[in-house]
Parts: sequence; C-alpha cells; structure tokens
Amino acid sequence: MTIMKDKNENKTYVEDIDRSMYDFRNEDADAFRLEDGLTEEIVLKISEEKNDPEWMRQLRLKSLELYNKIEVPDWGPALDGLDIDHIATYVRKNTKMADNWDEVPEEIKDTFEKLGIPQAERKSLAGVGAQYDSELVYHNVREDVAKRGVVYTDIESALRGEYADLIKEKFMHLIPPNDHKFAALHGAVWSGGSFVYVPKGVKVDIPLQSYFRLNAKGAGQFEHTLIIVEEDADLHFIEGCSAPKYNVANLHAGCVELYVGRNARLRYSTIENWSKNMYNLNSKRAIIEEGGRIEWVSGSFGSHISCLYPMSILKGDRSTMEFTGISFANDDQNLDTGAKVVHIGEDTSSYINTKSISKGGGVCTFRSSLSIEKSAKRSKAAVSCESLMLDSESRSDTIPAMDIRCADADVGHEAQIGRISDDAVLYLMSRGMSEEDARALIVSGFADNVSKELPLEYAIEMNNLIRLEMKGSIG
Amino acid sequence: MNGDKIVEIKDLHVSVEDKEILDGVNFEMHRGEIHVLMGPNGTGKSTLGNALIGNPRFKVDSGSIKLKGEDITDAPVNERAKLGMFLSFQNPIEVPGVTLSAFIRTALEAKTGERIKLWDFKKKLKACMEILQMDESYADRDLNVGFSGGEKKKSEILQLLMLEPDFAILDETDSGLDVDAVHTVSEGIREYQKRCGGALLIITHSTKILESLKVDKTHVMVEGRIVRTGDASLVDEINEKGFDDYHEG
Repeated sequence: MTIMKDKNENKTYVEDIDRSMYDFRNEDADAFRLEDGLTEEIVLKISEEKNDPEWMRQLRLKSLELYNKIEVPDWGPALDGLDIDHIATYVRKNTKMADNWDEVPEEIKDTFEKLGIPQAERKSLAGVGAQYDSELVYHNVREDVAKRGVVYTDIESALRGEYADLIKEKFMHLIPPNDHKFAALHGAVWSGGSFVYVPKGVKVDIPLQSYFRLNAKGAGQFEHTLIIVEEDADLHFIEGCSAPKYNVANLHAGCVELYVGRNARLRYSTIENWSKNMYNLNSKRAIIEEGGRIEWVSGSFGSHISCLYPMSILKGDRSTMEFTGISFANDDQNLDTGAKVVHIGEDTSSYINTKSISKGGGVCTFRSSLSIEKSAKRSKAAVSCESLMLDSESRSDTIPAMDIRCADADVGHEAQIGRISDDAVLYLMSRGMSEEDARALIVSGFADNVSKELPLEYAIEMNNLIRLEMKGSIG
Repeated sequence: MNGDKIVEIKDLHVSVEDKEILDGVNFEMHRGEIHVLMGPNGTGKSTLGNALIGNPRFKVDSGSIKLKGEDITDAPVNERAKLGMFLSFQNPIEVPGVTLSAFIRTALEAKTGERIKLWDFKKKLKACMEILQMDESYADRDLNVGFSGGEKKKSEILQLLMLEPDFAILDETDSGLDVDAVHTVSEGIREYQKRCGGALLIITHSTKILESLKVDKTHVMVEGRIVRTGDASLVDEINEKGFDDYHEG
C-alpha cells in the first residue's frame, strides 16, 4: 500500500463559513413594519408607537435634524453600500414583551432555542433579555436578584417606571446625538435594548445577558443599552448578536452607555456574529468614577463592515479599564475595531489587549486612541495588539493614536503582525494532526487569552466559530 | 534482536533548495532495535530525520522510505505520524494558547481516531511525567512556551512516551542538556523501549545519552552517506578517535 496525497488536495482549501446554525430565518408575515427610509414622519411614527414622553420625542426630532446635517465619516471603511432609504428602521412582531418564556410566540421561541438562549438562562444567568428585530420579546430576571433591588428591563418600560428621571438624565448623555452621524441616527430611531440598575453595594455574582436577533430583511436594529452600576456594586453583563444572511444591507447602530460608580466594577462582554450583509456601526461608551473598574471583552466575528471602538472615560482617581478584544475577518469582511480611552483622574490605568485574524482577503484594522489629560497624574496605559494573517490576500493594519499631556504618565505600545509559521504547522502535523487541524489549533491558541475571558458557553461558541472559519475540505 | 522490519530506506537522495544533501542512504531497522547515527556537523544527519518525517522543505529526489512495509516516500507528515513515526525535534516549536496536555490529547485522538478518556489519559500523563521528573504544572502550561532547553527536550520525550510510536527518531535530544537531564531523558527512552519495543534511531554527537541503552548498530554518516556501520563498540571507537578516518580526500 502506498499513501499518497495529491499536492492540491494537500493544501488547505478554504470555503465560506457554514453559518447554518445562525442562518435560519423566519418570514415577516405578521410583522408590523414601517416603510423604508428616514423621514420626520417615520420618526414621529416610531415615537407614537412607543408612546414616548415628550422629551424623548424632542430628542428624536433633534437627532434627525443632526443626522441630516452630519456627514458620513471620511475615515475608515467605505459605507457606500449602505443606503438608509432602503433600511426599515422599525420592525416588530405583533406580540408583547413577556416575562414568561412560554408566552413568547412559537416562531420567535424557536429562534432563540436554536441559539441556546433560554438554556443558558436556566444554567448560568441571573437574567435574560431577548430582542427580536426592533422590540424586546422577553425579559426576565431571577427573583433573588430582583429582590436585592437590581432592575433589568427594557428601556421603554423603564421610561415609565421608578427610574424615569434617572434615564432622562443619563440617556444619550455619554454618547450625545451630535457625536457622529450614526449616533444621531440612533437618537432618531432607537428602539429596544436594556436598562440595568445595580444599587449601591450589590454584587451580582452571575451574569445578566441580552441577546439581539435581527430577523427582518433590509432592516436596522437600534437598541439602546443603559447600565448604571452604583458605588461598590458589581455586575457582569453579556450581549450576543446574530442575524440570518440576506443579499441586501442590514444595519446595526446600537448605543451602549455604561455608568460605573465609585469602587464599582462592570464587566461588559460581547460576542458579535452578525451575518455578512450587516453594517455594524455601534457606539459604546463608559464613564468610571473613583476607584471603579470597567472590563470590556469583545469578540467580533460577523458583519460585512464593522466600526466599533468602545470608549472608556477614566474620570475618577484610581479608576481602571481593561479591554480584551478579538476580531476575525474572512472574505468580504472589513472589521475596523479598537478601543478609546481618556485618562482624567489621577493614578488611573488602562490596558488594551487585542488580537485580530484575517483570512481569505478579509481586512482587520485595529484603531486605538489613548489620551492622557494633564490632570491624570501618574497614569499608566499599555496598548498591545497582535495580528495574524492566514494568507497573502488578507490585510491587517494597526492605527494607534496617542495624545499624552501629562509628563509622568507611563505609556507602552506594542504591535505585532505575523503569519502562521510553517515550522509550527510541521511540528503539529508530525504528531498526527492534519494540516487544517494544525492551523485551527494554532489560531485557537492565538485567540486563547480572549476565550479565557469569556463565560464558558461563549468561549465554546467562539472556538466553534474559529473552527467554522478555518474549515476546509477534509479528505 | 530480530523482530519485524519497521523501517527500510533505499538509496535515498535528498536535497534542500536544489542542493543535494543526502547522496544515497540505505539502512533498515527492526522492531526493538536501537541504532545510533553519528557524524561530523553538517553531514546530513538532521536532513535524514527531516526527510523521514516528511518536512516539505526537504525534497526526496530519488529512493524510497518504507514504514512497516508501506511506502511512505510521498505521504504527508501527519500520515507518517499516524502510521507510527515520531521525530523528537532539535528545536521544539512554541505554541501559545495550547497546553502541553491538550496538545498530547489532541495528537492521541488524531492518531487513534478515537476520543480519549480523560481520566485514563491524566493518569498516564502523570505517570510519564514522573519518570521524566517533570513538574506536574507543565501539563497545564502552553506547549514549550517559556520552557528551558531541558524542559523542551523532556516535553518531546513525554510525547514519545504518550504517543508510543513504532519508530522514533531522536534528533540530538541530548544536546544542551546537563548531566542530570541527560540521565533523566535516557531513563525516559529506556522506558519507551521497554514498554513499546519500537525502533529507535538516535542522532547524537555525544555518548552520554547511550549509557543506559543497549545499542544494536552504529552508523557513521559523512557527506550525505553512511560510510560505516558497526555494533555498539563503534560508538566508543569514534569517541576516542573522532571522525578523521572517514573524511574523503
């Protein structure tokens, strides 16, 4: 017997990712859908639909005005393929939000069951929210957690509840509508999302999770997440997102505003797996008071184009931030991601640690912006980014920006761009692994420090995604 | 000892970047045998190891390699490994994010095509690490990352013990090790021999690693060819006289 392998067959062949587990879609049959485009009429309809308080209606109209004035950013990936005239900004199923899983309509329930959402809740979460297109369809928080005063609900309900004034004070305060064009868009048409309030001293020891599913074709999702973690409190919040693939552009322009109180800690984890027709133009920002800490964990796998740079404002003395991120761009993906941090308080520290993988002509760009204000005495900041390119068609760029106005700041920056070494592949293959498995193992290893930061289910999901992305023909 | 024929190499010519390194190498090995390959620097010893494992940078121009009767001259690296070949690398590669233990388990699963029972695996791994006097914590460390030279070599021998190949090539496993480490590694090799009775080809400059092993044959390689083959006593002879007698011209 002779073992032979054709030379071509021996090469790792790369096919498009099998997204069947995310790609199922439901018909829009009984959905209420506003016409495509963005006009004052549409904005007012959304406002009416949601029964907005007057200040919110004004915020929407003001935002629309700004949207029409502000130019599309002239840096970053081209957004030519995105035409707001062909995006439906509001789509909802004819259903009300439920706090009992059994009351969620069958079809939607099916969707989330397939994505493992209620299963995860039963196992390891303190509360779950599930958004389907423009509206939350399910929200529930464990009774013992609720009893300690933790609020976890949709923004719309919160606007009419106990914390209405607080929301008025904080809503689009960190990310004002004039911040950039898509913040303005968000302000005009936002819908859904979560409000979380953790009272002083309350430590929620298991995570809360929101899952965002955009099912409708040619639609936008504009959920707003507002989290307030009071003094000495502690929270881990997880968001996941996915969508089936369509041949027209979909848009996600969500907004996340995080308020971290004195000596409080908030960990915000995201696994984003939008389909590859998605423009993911999301804004996230956190402000941290004295001794507080924000931890971002961010995995970006999906979307056609992503622009995502979570920002941390280290306002209080001794406040800290850590950002751990990974992006994986395959064919027809341009993932422009990174992080921003502003040091204002004394003795503040920040650590940005990112990895990117590009393959099959995918483009990964890492942008970081670090500013240290004059007031931020003895601040420490470190930025580290590593990129792995799996073939010569792919691209990886690093664009760091630093503005240091404090003489005694301690700043470090490290960037590495590399490829998988042939020697490493040979070494693993010499122990019996196929070339494809060897490469997949090296890539998962590369991503390991990020998956370690994720809750187990998400770490498994991330590893599956890497495996899917690395999948080729197995002979 | 004359068991089954494990390796048969016939008239092997190998080049690297169009430069011929091996110029017609012949030898065979049987189950349970230990052969030593000696020779001056740059003579093609490591090339032989690389060509046997199938490193694509080493091109076989002519000749054949058979493992357990199967012609593997053109087989990919992983097929050779699955059929029972093992190379202990001179410079083991560091793989961040993959623990030594997970790596060995993945390799075992690739080799057997079966899921390995975690409990049995852990027990065996622990026992093998004890033989090699490796601290247990190494199992959970990233493969070779930050390992000292000695630890990297021990990690190779640990893989040898765990994967139990039929034919193992040890490429200068003893180089750069202190006396104690060489002794430990040598113990590991002996244990492998005792347990699996595979064929061992030991490429070495020194003889310390051979002290506790019973060598069946010694080959001397000079300028890409095996110029002399003898028994264990040839090792001592070379130790005394060096390779001067073998140089051509």
